[in-house]
Amino acid sequence: MTRPRFGSWLAIVLGAIYFIVPLIGTFEFSLRMRRGVYSFDAYAVVFGDPRFQATFLYSTFLAIITIILGTVLIVPTAYWIQLRLPKLRPVVEFITLLPLVIPAIVIVFGYLHLYNSSSFLPLTASSRTTDLLLAFSYVTLAMPYMYRAVDTGLRAIDVRSLTEAAQSLGAGWGRILFRVIFPNVRVAVLSGAFLTFAIVIGEFTMASLLDRPAFGPYLQLMGANRAYEPSALAIIAFAVTWACMGLIQLFGRGARTARR
Amino acid sequence: MTENVDAVVTDALTAPRRLSSISWSWVGVVPFFLFALLFLILPTGYLLVGSFQDAAGKFTLANIGNLFTPSILHAYWISIEVSLASSITGAIAGFFLAYAVVLGRLPPWIRPTLMTFSGVASNFAGIPLAFAFLATLGRTGLVTTLLIKYVGFNIYSTGFNLLSFWGLTLTYLYFQIPLMVLILTPALDGLKREWREAAEILGASNLDYWRRVALPVLWPSILGTTLLLFANSFGAVATAYGLTGSSLNIVTILLYAQIRGDVLHDQNLGYALALGMIIITGLSNAGYIWLRARGERWLR
Repeated sequence: MTRPRFGSWLAIVLGAIYFIVPLIGTFEFSLRMRRGVYSFDAYAVVFGDPRFQATFLYSTFLAIITIILGTVLIVPTAYWIQLRLPKLRPVVEFITLLPLVIPAIVIVFGYLHLYNSSSFLPLTASSRTTDLLLAFSYVTLAMPYMYRAVDTGLRAIDVRSLTEAAQSLGAGWGRILFRVIFPNVRVAVLSGAFLTFAIVIGEFTMASLLDRPAFGPYLQLMGANRAYEPSALAIIAFAVTWACMGLIQLFGRGARTARR
Repeated sequence: MTENVDAVVTDALTAPRRLSSISWSWVGVVPFFLFALLFLILPTGYLLVGSFQDAAGKFTLANIGNLFTPSILHAYWISIEVSLASSITGAIAGFFLAYAVVLGRLPPWIRPTLMTFSGVASNFAGIPLAFAFLATLGRTGLVTTLLIKYVGFNIYSTGFNLLSFWGLTLTYLYFQIPLMVLILTPALDGLKREWREAAEILGASNLDYWRRVALPVLWPSILGTTLLLFANSFGAVATAYGLTGSSLNIVTILLYAQIRGDVLHDQNLGYALALGMIIITGLSNAGYIWLRARGERWLR
């Protein structure tokens, strides 16, 4: 039985080539800015660009708002579904899957018409409220992942016993949610949060169509006008994504070893 | 029990106390449904209704009919082709990678490495991914120049262009293959050792086992995930936009241009364009969900 082993190695090696070569290519390209020698000039230019700092900060801030809004919306809902309304679970699960069915560009197209300056809820009328609308749109993008992470986390603990124990000690609903339920699904919320961060930080379609100064539209602008900086930015974006996934693994490890 | 539910009710609605606990439980999910209504269902519903109206708001099927003009059909068709090519190729490549780490008897460190990398790569989409492929396979990219320098082979002389159908497909595979690996690995884990042993005792060859046992169990997962990959690439905007600007006429790029500047000169036709996209991604996701339910029957 040596043949399947050879085939497996072949698959892994071909896969590794396909996945690693673009990273090497991008990194090499990002070092080419100074003629004749490799240098980190492109990175220096990028990090020194005030628009890079402003847009990256803006997207980071928006990601944090999204994570807070998403957590506050998803955790109590998933908890309540588990505790009191298990019959509604399929409906809620279906709704959380909708953002995978409806492309982001279609959702934002709907926003632009539903929330324009002459509508019943003119969210696009000022830039502050548009920021809020963008955060809401990111909550919808993150919902499928966030809900699944939290729901899995809640299934792993005994929600009913915890709730009854807290109630018999005299805790109200707010205290139960924030002092009992949240700490118990912390790992799930954190992994959902880092995934949300990875999705939001470079998101282009919604930020661009809502015309907000986020990191994604900045990337597109650089891509259209510069030669070497885009490669440096791609490496930075890849590092950010990698960091988010690494943190998920790091936080998830405690829970996983406990389960085994 | 009743008292606590009442507490929630009083908080939310200042309703009278002592109500039955069942009838007020739904209050707890109101925020979620309100959010879903406002930011998912109403915006999409608005477009659905708009695609059956003319500019004056009267019911019409003209917008749907206008979708069947050559330029719009062409955009849909290119999108479908790219999605088919990237989902089928991604599914096959992802299957072999998942097979290799689950059943290939490779060193144990390979599996967690591949899984972690897949988690990263499946989320490394959009503009940065386009940059990465431009830097690698663009006209001055690393692979292009190295091939010219050392092999004397210019891939662009073969008619290859990164800003075209195959270029886009090759780029999409970077997030399609990892997604397939992530979803299919647990399914392959579900193949029980006993099934193979039983098949071998009954005299089945390796091929027999795969054809008669493993694939019939796995095909809902494989086909379902392929449909998910299809919808995934069909709705993608940023990667294509970052790669080709607006030069490649796929349907998401057309819709993007329509939202930005009404390039179709007809708002309601724009709504119909969105409706067509929802129907296509909706059907493939419905297929995915149905097949996933079938697939999970065996893999417990």
